[in-house]
Amino acid sequence: MYLFAEQFLNGLATGATYALISLGLALVYGVLGVLHVAHAGVYMAGAYIGIGVYSVTGNIWFAMVVSMIACGFIGVAIERLVYFPLLKYPPYVPLISSIAIFTGMEELVRLVAGPSVQTFSLELPFPSFDLGGIHVSSNLMGIYVITAVVFFLLWFITTKTETGLAMRAASQDMPIAGAMGIDSRFMVDFSFFVSSAVAALAGILVGIFYNTVSPGMGAIPAYKALALIVVGGLGSVPGAVVGSLSLGVAETLLIGYAGIPLPRDALAFIAMIVVLMWRPQGLLGKRS
Amino acid sequence: MSYIITVATFISIQAIVAYGLNIIVGYAGQISLGHAAFFGIGAYSAGLLATKAGLSFWAALPLVIAICAVIGIICGLPSLRLKADFLAITTIGINFIVESLFLYVPFFGGALGLGGIPRVVFLGNKLKGGEFLALCLVFLALVMFLSWWFSRSWMGLACISLREEETAASSMGVSPVKFKLVAFVLGSVIAGIGGALYAHQMRFIAPSDFGFPVSVMLLSLIVLGGMGTFWGPLVGAIILGSLPELARPLMEYRMLIYSLLLLGMIRFQPQGLLGEESVVSRIIGRHVGGDRS
Repeated sequence: MYLFAEQFLNGLATGATYALISLGLALVYGVLGVLHVAHAGVYMAGAYIGIGVYSVTGNIWFAMVVSMIACGFIGVAIERLVYFPLLKYPPYVPLISSIAIFTGMEELVRLVAGPSVQTFSLELPFPSFDLGGIHVSSNLMGIYVITAVVFFLLWFITTKTETGLAMRAASQDMPIAGAMGIDSRFMVDFSFFVSSAVAALAGILVGIFYNTVSPGMGAIPAYKALALIVVGGLGSVPGAVVGSLSLGVAETLLIGYAGIPLPRDALAFIAMIVVLMWRPQGLLGKRS
Repeated sequence: MSYIITVATFISIQAIVAYGLNIIVGYAGQISLGHAAFFGIGAYSAGLLATKAGLSFWAALPLVIAICAVIGIICGLPSLRLKADFLAITTIGINFIVESLFLYVPFFGGALGLGGIPRVVFLGNKLKGGEFLALCLVFLALVMFLSWWFSRSWMGLACISLREEETAASSMGVSPVKFKLVAFVLGSVIAGIGGALYAHQMRFIAPSDFGFPVSVMLLSLIVLGGMGTFWGPLVGAIILGSLPELARPLMEYRMLIYSLLLLGMIRFQPQGLLGEESVVSRIIGRHVGGDRS
């Protein structure tokens, strides 16, 4: 029972980090309709910038803020220089360019920071506690709290503020939103900035959670997050979050208990194909 | 010399597989990011038929084609009903699932791979080096002919009409799912033939030979050459196949250069080197004149 509870809590933390990655992907897809594979490159860069700043200053909050801002600008640069000019071509053109950016970023980090795995060991300043024999570490608590705060802020910005309204209008129809006096270009930049900053945060949290940062850390989330946003319904942010949390839990429990022979990374895709056969628009997606 | 022959053999096998992908992506307009899965299915079925069933390459070839066609239909039927982006992700999924099956099912040799695949025997002598290259070139020529014939057949024209404007084409009585499936299965079978040749060339295959990066490499190859063009896959295979060999001293930076090349290409020449309105075809058009496709 205790083991089950601990597995469940671990799975929830894994799911939370998936959700931080995939919600940005869903947000970006909703606005521009681009499958942003390089999002995982931003996530990896975020972890590296975070570990770099942390090793210099020793302040994890400062490292998080610097990394989020830097990655926000990386995201905007990718959108401005590559995706936006390619929107007039068929969807595979931005998709291939995105994969190229991702591989390029991976290689660049490998050349600059070295191919070896770096350790990122620290305790997040959160209380840890025991609940009837179930130990919740401070890092686990940190992931829950930070993720919850990010979810709340994003929900608040997108639904309760005028910026969020403008963002949703731009994602519905960019020319019409422009005609209504909304600066669509700025809204696209803003979505990329926010989702890339959240991805950087996810990179740092994953680095702390597993205690390692490596150039290849983006590879699996890159494609898993794609499967997750499909399961949730392309472009649906709540769908991406629900899909990610349930996958994180399901994965951890299935590996821990069922001992299925397939690797955990294929599970997301199997779930995706099952969901697509049943609901081609994804769990929370709208029928077009 | 044998080094050049090995590189040339690889390039011709890559070109064969790329011609298969060109039929799916270039002619039928179906973005597939899982082509390496069918390359792998061909290689593994050829390898298993040779090592476990003791069949010769020639006896196994029809079976390899049949296996790839059946799996192509199984994967193609449900996925081709999906829209562009959904399809792209589904094909990534197919690639990951196939790779993990090779990796985790002991029958396929698992992580250790599948070894001891014999050489191809033709008229009593074992083909190696230049002779095997000749065999690959014969297959490449056949595949190129098939691809040329397909692009001019009524099936190919139906696929191209679907790529250009699906609604208009289907209102003219062209069944989208049927023709996309024809293209998907034909492309998968060609990839399978390439896989069979690869298995007999390497004589040892491992799951990672058919992973997602290989699919990306195959796609970048036809993007570079020009999607939906006749010479595109061959030109792409020759450039991307020989570039890493020429750039040996830059080994460390190879992948970076490769990805920057792909990015620059798709960003500034999304039609590929030989596509319509590309730099090369404009130059050729100026000097040769007339219609070129």
